[in-house]
Amino acid sequence: MTDLSYVRTEMLSERDPPLSTTGVIGWIRENLFNGLSNSVLTLASLAFIYWVLSHFIPWFWSPTWNGTSLGQCREMIGAAGKESGACWGVINERWPQMLFGFYPVEERWRPILAFVLMFVALIPVLFNMISRRWNWFLLALVLFVTTLFVASGWLAVVAQVLLVVAMIWIGRLILVTKVSDRADEIKAGARRLPNPLMFSAAFVFIMPWLLWGGTVWAPIATAFGFVVGWGAFRVLAPVAGSLVAMILGVVAAVVWWLFLVGPVAAGLHGLLPVGLEPVQSRNFGGLLLSVTIGVVAISVSLPLGIVLALGRQSDLMLVKWMSVGFIEFIRGVPLITLLFVASFLLNVFMPPGTNFDIILRVIIMATLFSAAYIAEVVRGGLAALPKGQYEAADALGLDYWKAQRLIIMPQALKISIPGIVSVFIGLFKDTTLVSIIGLLDPIGLSNSIRADVAWNGIVWELYGFIAFLFFIITFLMSRYSMYLERRLRTDHR
Amino acid sequence: MSTFELERDVDRSHMQVSDRVAIEIRNMNKWYGQFHVLRDIDLTVYEGERIVICGPSGSGKSTLIRCINRLEEHQAGGIVVDGIELSSDLKNVDKVRSEVGMVFQHFNLFPHLTVLDNLTLAPIWVRKTPRKEAEEIAMHYLEKVKIPEQALKYPGQLSGGQQQRVAIARSLCMKPRIMLFDEPTSALDPEMIKEVLDTMISLAEEGMTMLVVTHEMGFAEQVANRVIFMDAGQIVEQNAPSEFFNNPQSDRTKLFLSQIL
Repeated sequence: MTDLSYVRTEMLSERDPPLSTTGVIGWIRENLFNGLSNSVLTLASLAFIYWVLSHFIPWFWSPTWNGTSLGQCREMIGAAGKESGACWGVINERWPQMLFGFYPVEERWRPILAFVLMFVALIPVLFNMISRRWNWFLLALVLFVTTLFVASGWLAVVAQVLLVVAMIWIGRLILVTKVSDRADEIKAGARRLPNPLMFSAAFVFIMPWLLWGGTVWAPIATAFGFVVGWGAFRVLAPVAGSLVAMILGVVAAVVWWLFLVGPVAAGLHGLLPVGLEPVQSRNFGGLLLSVTIGVVAISVSLPLGIVLALGRQSDLMLVKWMSVGFIEFIRGVPLITLLFVASFLLNVFMPPGTNFDIILRVIIMATLFSAAYIAEVVRGGLAALPKGQYEAADALGLDYWKAQRLIIMPQALKISIPGIVSVFIGLFKDTTLVSIIGLLDPIGLSNSIRADVAWNGIVWELYGFIAFLFFIITFLMSRYSMYLERRLRTDHR
Repeated sequence: MSTFELERDVDRSHMQVSDRVAIEIRNMNKWYGQFHVLRDIDLTVYEGERIVICGPSGSGKSTLIRCINRLEEHQAGGIVVDGIELSSDLKNVDKVRSEVGMVFQHFNLFPHLTVLDNLTLAPIWVRKTPRKEAEEIAMHYLEKVKIPEQALKYPGQLSGGQQQRVAIARSLCMKPRIMLFDEPTSALDPEMIKEVLDTMISLAEEGMTMLVVTHEMGFAEQVANRVIFMDAGQIVEQNAPSEFFNNPQSDRTKLFLSQIL
């Protein structure tokens, strides 16, 4: 037998990898021409991509932006010496309609303002990188620009002066103190600006008011319902115990919303009539309608879905079976069916005389529908958590709700982000189904546009453009979910 | 099983067993379905005691200490912790849990929070301690377990031994009167076992009441004042460690010791 012992006398120094495996050449070799079959596939794919683009680009690049009818488009294409091409005139002419439907032209600043304010309100919810100062500055800026476009008279001037003063004051804060210095000041006990989430909460009531108009007292009275419920809870909690007080608080708020909001708002409006021109739901349309339904349904279905997921895991039999029943029923029914119920059947069951807004009915159905799916996605996240997390939370003496809020939900929701965002993307695309019950979302509008003599026969440009609009929004949602996953990745696996 | 040798002498000046009762377990029984896991358990733990519970796997030792903070429910008999009877009354359960610290085999740190947030969470939300004060307490205990420099890292960035020491510090931040250890070193490498046991010993030296489920017989010999041997859901033998190891009485204990020592 040979001698197997070996002792290294000299340590090896580090060397560069072979040139053929690094750089551009290395990457191409590794990823595109890695063996015969891969090379063939690469070439075939390139040929396919070339074939698609060689047809698509000449069609897409067509000088028809100012065409006013399909016939005129064809003439313009012929004049340019091409056989075929897209007719973009329809987008140019119907673009405002695709965005707003039949929303009155002179009131269209309201949905635009609501849309921009939505971003101001969403920033503190979706991101944690912007400082409070910037958020309030942004709000003042948006409102200031709005007053320039919309308002006139001495009231507008007063508002503008106030907003400019606010912007200068916050802007000085931003410019003068560095973020790190400010953090030190806050640690030392300096007063912070109010949390921008306050505006996000207020936006919940501002948005419907901007979109539908009417007296300003209606959203204020509606918001006051929460104060009523909270007040009832605080008064009753020492007397009746917290659970009973919570139930009675909810009842008080619901009574307020159902029976008292109308008269109170009307009475206050009589005293001080401030308001916007009301806009009927039937005038809503286009992307405005899709975004309205989508945003409201998304933001309500997430908390509802979480509650349902917890309900399904509950030890209380009644809560558990109600949650399971709801989830399984909703998941077993097509969304179209629910929308038909919303559009035709719901009013039959309502007491005569009640007018339940069609968009509100659709939003409720879309919300319930996606809440059931969210509940199942969140349940998956809950199931993926190790039992030890629950035990550790219990062992520290955290009660059920605190454990859920601080330990369980942050982790379960993080696991469920891809699933939750998939449901939201699906929900947003499903808003186009409302065209079937006669609402004029982009798809519904495209039917009426195609019925116009001038544009009869147009297909690709219109649907392609709608698809493009939806793609932008859903793609942003998907990128956001990836950003969020990266931001929350703390487990270092 | 590893043989743990302590390099220093254990300081016994604060290890005093008082005659105040910390935990009183009377005739306690527990079933998993039809399976009778704990049978007629009677155990009185006095303040300042350091009890090591050992036994073969499946003997119910983990279940026993998990009953003490009601991670498991018992079906018959009674458990009184620090004067509070454990029953289905959730208020009592939460009160007991905030007085009794627990350290798990798999640490069970919260991976989405920094080490510091792991430590301050319960004081802030259960004890309503102001954040600043809670952070001071947290840093105090992190220094005690000798990893203050890791305060802003996430648990996933620490070694197993460091994680377990953070878990011990997390329990201590609630200033518990009793600490339960459920196989705290079973998931660790030998080197890390030592650092965790060191931490536990210094805790014992300060007079903490401890119940430790472990296979570290070195630890039991040096630190415990009582060793309990369990088999088939019952307490088979308990004695002072010197007697327990040198002069076991029951045949089952003898067999167990002959296999692990």
